[in-house]
Amino acid sequence: MAYDVGGRGDHSFNDSAARGLDKADKEFNLKSKELTASNGETESDREQRLDSLAGAGYNPVIAVGFTYGDAVTKIAKKYPKTTFGIVDSVVQGSNVDSMTFATEQSSYLAGVAAALKTKSGKVGFIGGVHNPLIGTFQAGFDQGVKDTKPSVQVTDQYLYETDTKGFNDPTTAQGKAQGMLDQGIDVIYSAAGLSGDGSIQAVAGKSGAWAIGVDSDQYQDPALAKYKDHILTSAIKNVDVASYDLIKSVHDGTAKTGTNNYTLANGGVSLSTTGGFLGDVQSQIDAAKQKIVSGQITVKSAP
Amino acid sequence: MKKFDKERALLAIAAPVLAVIGALIVTALVLLATGKEPFTAFHVMINYGDKTDSQVYILNKATTYYLAGLAVAVGFRMNLFNIGVDGQYRLAAFFAAAVGGAMSIPGIIQVPLIILTAMVVGAVWAAIAGVLKVTRGVSEVISTIMLNSIAGIVIGYFLQDGRLGVLDKNANMVSTKPIPSGSHLFNFSTGGGAVDGFIVLAVVAGVLYWFGLNRTRFGFDLRAVGRSQSAAEASGVSVKRMVITSMLISGALAGLVGMPTLLNESYDYGTDFPVGIGFTGIAVALLGRNNPVGIAVGAVLWAFLDRAANGLEFEGYDQELVGVIQGVIVLAVVIAYELVRRYGLTRQQRQVGAELAAAAAHKQEVTA
Repeated sequence: MAYDVGGRGDHSFNDSAARGLDKADKEFNLKSKELTASNGETESDREQRLDSLAGAGYNPVIAVGFTYGDAVTKIAKKYPKTTFGIVDSVVQGSNVDSMTFATEQSSYLAGVAAALKTKSGKVGFIGGVHNPLIGTFQAGFDQGVKDTKPSVQVTDQYLYETDTKGFNDPTTAQGKAQGMLDQGIDVIYSAAGLSGDGSIQAVAGKSGAWAIGVDSDQYQDPALAKYKDHILTSAIKNVDVASYDLIKSVHDGTAKTGTNNYTLANGGVSLSTTGGFLGDVQSQIDAAKQKIVSGQITVKSAP
Repeated sequence: MKKFDKERALLAIAAPVLAVIGALIVTALVLLATGKEPFTAFHVMINYGDKTDSQVYILNKATTYYLAGLAVAVGFRMNLFNIGVDGQYRLAAFFAAAVGGAMSIPGIIQVPLIILTAMVVGAVWAAIAGVLKVTRGVSEVISTIMLNSIAGIVIGYFLQDGRLGVLDKNANMVSTKPIPSGSHLFNFSTGGGAVDGFIVLAVVAGVLYWFGLNRTRFGFDLRAVGRSQSAAEASGVSVKRMVITSMLISGALAGLVGMPTLLNESYDYGTDFPVGIGFTGIAVALLGRNNPVGIAVGAVLWAFLDRAANGLEFEGYDQELVGVIQGVIVLAVVIAYELVRRYGLTRQQRQVGAELAAAAAHKQEVTA
């Protein structure tokens, strides 16, 4: 498994993939190898990472994150007998499983929750990097807030315009979140990988403020346990399910390939309820979820 | 005439060698402290870095590092700290990619045009810091760091669907329009992959750097300003003009940094374009002591370490280990240069003293 920047231990996106790997490892007694991207990489770094994994006989090779798109395209051709997985990107190839997630749908529900929970009438969104993928989170969140309570004001901010460091920079996220709190924003949704830890930390410093986590159920994360009373909910992206499915399919001899879209309807994305903070508004969230699943609401995937 | 002093040449090499050895010792200690055996780790690094595909990778990485090192070194030679190479090369590569993607003319014209665009953009971006320094006394360190940040924002603004970017919906990537295949730069293909053709231009840049600094009036003036501004001013050099010119040159060189990637590998500027090479350039220039050959050695060493990091990770070591080595090397280089400089100074004094004593003794003999 090749991780995106942040790697195992980001309490979010990469950790979700890691959970899937761990589960499969245990169940099928596999030997796995994990490599992690560093900040400021080039295409050749990513290619050679996948190459060395496939070359050493690892199968399947799962690339976590859309930045691996081109590298998977190239290396999958070189190793036609190995199955490749790519998260958040669609790669053509008979030996590639493209796992995409309708994160705008889970973000929509996060928006609904935020709109119902805010007291100040102001909510915020922090994205790690201003790219199309994170745009799906923003679009869903904004729409969810507006559809629920049009009077609520949404502030959208990004940590970096293009630098993928945005997923690996909790300090900057903490500063951004603090700035939002100072403006009276009391619910902050961060879609920024490891950086999200910083904004959760800032939110926890203000009583009555809520943080919404992303990708993993951050309420349950031991490393964030100190702040969990401020983690309203998390917009979960079940990369673990997707990667587990892929490993299992390869293990069973029927490798899963093609494009597999994970949505609210098939449980690939969801909104967590572990903290129990959403009890009073759960019915409205469930109603919104039903409307999305039934197609009554179409969530935009670009802001 | 300068006589070739063997011991002096030895001293010049001593500093970086000392630094690298010092860094290795510190790394070994770090490894021991974390309960891992250091010699296996070094063995892994050397073995992995020695493979053919590794060599290709190292050469390609070193090419960009070398250009970044040169860009930084031009400033260093006159005590200008151009921390902004990072922003300069990214902005330059971005606009060069946009220009390259918008046109479809024969490569023989288009490739130079793309390179020229990059150099001009890089130079203009660096010149902002130069003008601020000359007219308002703003420290170039501060202004270039800020300009790095602004460059990122400018790119972020233009690199959007409908502006200068094209969105690939499936891949979640935005990039500039790809440069037509007729304008891709040549590669040298080897058994381990393709070596970027831009390496030739990097060598040319290195030769021009050497010639410009050591064999021209301009280079002399530049070095004079670096040694002592007031002395240079007194001897009729316009320091202000030199600041602007050297920032322009530094920026133009910085513009080249992204070119191997753009013209030989990615052919477009997307959200995945490498960042942070400008900072590596500072380390490489320090390591190479602003000498064109030294910078090349530094760049290759840096690229080798990058490559070794991958090998280490694969063998279960932490890839951050290489970060430790690189950091310690920079620190050790600064210390080692100072040590060697002091040793050289005392040695010189001793030599002069010995010569004077000998001359005095000779004189006594004559008079006696």
